Amino acid sequence: MRDRFIERLSAMAEHDSRIMLITGDLGFGVLDEYQRRFPNQFINAGVAEQNMTGIATGLALEGHIVFTYSIANFVFMRCLEQIRNDAAYHRANVNIVSIGGGFSYGALGISHHATEDLSIMRSLPSVTVVCPGDNWEAAEATEAIAHEPGTSYLRLDKSSAGMTQQPEEQFALGKARQLRDGTDMTLVVTGGILGVALNATERLAKQGIHCRVLSLHTISPLDADALSRAARETGGIVTLEEHTVVGGLGGAVAETLLEREDRPTIFRRMGLREGFSSIVGSQDYLRQRYGLDKDAIVSTVKSLLTSGLRKAG
Amino acid sequence: MIDSGELARRIRLDVVKMTSLGKSSHVGSALSIADIVAVLYAGVLHVDPAEPKWADRDRFILSKGHAGAAVYAALAERGFFPVDKLQTHCQDGSDLSGHVSHQGIPGVELSTGSLGHGLSVGTGMAYAAKIRNANHRVFVLLSDGECDEGSNWEAMMFAAHHRLDNLVAIIDYNKIQSLTSIEGTLGLEPFVDKLKSFGWSVVETEGHDHGQLHGALSTVPAQPTKPTCILAHTTKGKSVSFMENSVLWHYRTAQGEEYAAALKQLEEVA
Repeated sequence: MRDRFIERLSAMAEHDSRIMLITGDLGFGVLDEYQRRFPNQFINAGVAEQNMTGIATGLALEGHIVFTYSIANFVFMRCLEQIRNDAAYHRANVNIVSIGGGFSYGALGISHHATEDLSIMRSLPSVTVVCPGDNWEAAEATEAIAHEPGTSYLRLDKSSAGMTQQPEEQFALGKARQLRDGTDMTLVVTGGILGVALNATERLAKQGIHCRVLSLHTISPLDADALSRAARETGGIVTLEEHTVVGGLGGAVAETLLEREDRPTIFRRMGLREGFSSIVGSQDYLRQRYGLDKDAIVSTVKSLLTSGLRKAG
Repeated sequence: MIDSGELARRIRLDVVKMTSLGKSSHVGSALSIADIVAVLYAGVLHVDPAEPKWADRDRFILSKGHAGAAVYAALAERGFFPVDKLQTHCQDGSDLSGHVSHQGIPGVELSTGSLGHGLSVGTGMAYAAKIRNANHRVFVLLSDGECDEGSNWEAMMFAAHHRLDNLVAIIDYNKIQSLTSIEGTLGLEPFVDKLKSFGWSVVETEGHDHGQLHGALSTVPAQPTKPTCILAHTTKGKSVSFMENSVLWHYRTAQGEEYAAALKQLEEVA
């Protein structure tokens, strides 16, 4: 996703001198080509995220379209108040790019596990929060948030679902993408774990369980209509995120649906529930350890359907 | 040219009235910067009340947002919005918040209130001006206590590294912060040496002497290729005798006899 991001940003920078990329001294080997081609549209702000975000706001208020770039939590958590008071309150076109959503940097420890970003960022008024599930969504979202007025957050994952783009498909912020249809259950997924969800639903289909899959790449604003339709047409909703279950995708979906007419009869948030992870490992290992792998998705859907049917009977 | 002395007098009267009517804090902080703000808005800043967003205007950011009453007063007295509006400050339904806010207020470049934000944003604005070879300057007014915030020093490193000589930081050095003195909290001395060692040129000035202030603020950059810091030695609560140099008036609002006495003292200044 990171490479697709920088490719698209470079394509934009070539035609639009307002584009600025500011890194907090990270991106070794990734940003070199961009920096070489667009030296006047690149700043390394050093290891100083608060100042980086303030600088970004100042540039944006003067008409630039600014992207700030760093790893995981550094780019939004250290400087959260600058994002809230400076960028967001002033509707500054500052686009915060977090490299390494969830357990992308699983082996590096909890400082590098970005597992609360979606809930924190989506609570900020008027901030667009995007968490692409595949490389196409990542590239399209990069361009979309640049054109979107105000402040945005883009969470890029190391993993990706692969290319899910359908012929003639247009990407739209705030619009869920239906990647698979089914009537038994809907999986609402955000981030690179989308690939795991698609694999799981393939296995379920072979067992006669047909799930709808929605890629909910935009966490804020949320596509409430697609969620209502899913609740109405499939009855059950399982949300899946490589993120705490508190206030992220699952929280957002629950809040939204409970206030609407179309409430699901079955609902489950799949995500992190066990607190900080002092255990390290690859992204795949940590997904398996915390019940977010293919087997866990398959068994969760099956047990929910079984218990739901039992209740209905 | 507007008379900066008269503007300062009006700002002081306005801020005492505003903070008393709205029962809000920080009158001492606003009085501390009244002369700096008056000299800026009387002629140093190239701004146009008829066109607040004029592209080539000088940018002014009040980073010590708690003293916003002084900036609201200066803007109103300069005609950015009606002076009558000042009476709503901090009251129910008003958009004149206790910490300066840009929403609905022509002439305010940046909303602040949490310390340590203004210099970074101003630095970004100065960087943007360099990119487009614009000649306007960016002035950021900070408090001394605010310099406890590490983000300011990040911004100072950045501005010096990028040779932003169109950036001016003015520090309101009244030596008192929220609970007690600067020296009793986190000492800033040797302050000038610190600022210089971060790559800035530093000009010390008496912060209530309009001649000195005008000289310092009109001669920027003090050195080519370097951002300028004007370290203004000020008195918290300046011009109201019982508010001067008192931590109490960081929070207290003048009511009753104190209010009448404060107005009397300020009206007598001519």
